[in-house]
Amino acid sequence: MPAAGSSGVRRRGGGPVSAWQRLVALLPFEWAQFVFMQNALLAVLCASLLFALLGALLINQRMAFFSDAIGHAALTGVALGVVLGLGDPLWAMVAFAVLLAAAMTLLRRVARASDDTVISIFMSFAVALGVVILSRGGGFAKYTAYLIGDVLSVAPADIARLLGLIGLVLAFYLGLFNQAMFVSLNPSLAGSRRIRVRLVELAFAALVAAVVTVSIQWVGLLVVNALLVLPAAAARNTAPSVAGYIRNAVMISMASGVAGLVASYYWATATGATIVLFAMGFYLLSLARRRP
Amino acid sequence: MDTLPVVKPACGGCCSKLERLSVSFGDHRVLEDVSLHFHCGELTALIGPNGAGKTTLLRAILGEVPHDGALHFLDQSKRRPDRPVIGYVPQKLDFDPTVPVTVLDLFAGALSRWPAWLGNHIFLRRRAEAVLARFEAAHLAGRTLGRLSGGELQRVLLALAVTPVPHILLLDEPVSGVDQAGLELFYGMVSELRRRHDLSILLVSHDLPEVLRYADRIVFINRNVLFDGPPAAAVADPLMRQAFGVDPSLLDRRECPPPDPPACAGAGAGP
Repeated sequence: MPAAGSSGVRRRGGGPVSAWQRLVALLPFEWAQFVFMQNALLAVLCASLLFALLGALLINQRMAFFSDAIGHAALTGVALGVVLGLGDPLWAMVAFAVLLAAAMTLLRRVARASDDTVISIFMSFAVALGVVILSRGGGFAKYTAYLIGDVLSVAPADIARLLGLIGLVLAFYLGLFNQAMFVSLNPSLAGSRRIRVRLVELAFAALVAAVVTVSIQWVGLLVVNALLVLPAAAARNTAPSVAGYIRNAVMISMASGVAGLVASYYWATATGATIVLFAMGFYLLSLARRRP
Repeated sequence: MDTLPVVKPACGGCCSKLERLSVSFGDHRVLEDVSLHFHCGELTALIGPNGAGKTTLLRAILGEVPHDGALHFLDQSKRRPDRPVIGYVPQKLDFDPTVPVTVLDLFAGALSRWPAWLGNHIFLRRRAEAVLARFEAAHLAGRTLGRLSGGELQRVLLALAVTPVPHILLLDEPVSGVDQAGLELFYGMVSELRRRHDLSILLVSHDLPEVLRYADRIVFINRNVLFDGPPAAAVADPLMRQAFGVDPSLLDRRECPPPDPPACAGAGAGP
């Protein structure tokens, strides 16, 4: 898995990725001639679609803070991977995040505490545990890549992972979107319409956990939540219907993704954070155009 | 009222029954031995102070809280449906003003497996608009939920709750925070539903004057059933007078005459 220090420039592969690289190289820009930028552009387009779709659901379900906690819990996932001696901590991260998400979802019902209290408790615990394990012997610095992320390190194999995540989110969109919408409006009403409320909540929590955790290596846990929430929040301010909401979120997310990637090339800045700045710009515009 | 399936207007003994229903949260017994019949074409009002267990009773009927005792639903042909259809109008929906969900999206979510984000299917659109028209809400179909008034939203939820026609319709303080005109419109529609479709309706309320005006039967609970009878008996009941300070003149304000007495045995009384 590409963490800090892995080289951004890679050999050209064959197949569809290679075709994509040749296509982008036709663009009359300096950045479009580099393989790492060609790969990054493809990754950003995929990730923008992924984040827009997931973010739109997150805001519907009022779980923006929840996904933030999941991102932070990924740090503990890394730590567990290290402790268990796994070479690639990605699966440890995903497993831990999914477990944590399920636990939080169930505890929300049992604890009767307000949601943000429960989530905050879990997040604090997960981050502390992760830092304690990783900082043992003073070696924390080598894990900071997970805080910032590195889109430019994306390899063709990572694109396949991104497409897999998009497939998962689309499956949720096709199978459970209507049910999730009802659960968010009123769980009792959803139950009276024979929707299995707990199952929908758990499935969604697991989906968020998987997507956020896998994405962290590219965008970093400091900005992953902003990328999820901002495009959907901007779309919400102007959306006339559910269909318009999803469409606008995808367009805003992709536009800020591409703009942020190109700008980060010229400014020599971290790509994830630069994308967030553009997404914030869209959000401010949407506030101005907000429906009365 | 012609888009709902035609049902027999006479009460064929269809009713929903609670038998010795009890609910406990930990050591706290919220409901104890509640036995009630809900008859077709009858609007039963459930009143009681805060914390009396009204909402818990609804949640037990909805299957959300574990309970002792039995719940039976009988349909028109006296069969017991395995999975009764329950219409539910909640007190409120949980959304922010920017919620992108339109009334049509809401119907799409309830009536169709076609995901709402792919746009509203034409068949669904027609079906939803036909139902909404009966509740004076056809013009609201394209509006987002945040742009509806309290009364408009409750009419939409009522329309949704009776599509398809349920075995029992539960109304959980459906008009709290709705203005007087909206309240009268809402209850007018509920009365119409009850008469035309032979629905058993359970209304939770804490507003006795409102209940005396619209209900056929009043059930006063506070952990268990303290009174169960028609409005005329309720105003005469010493316990009710003590609890609510009932003024018998409230009865004169009843707008709709009570329906013909249901044919079922034991109407208006306990089990």
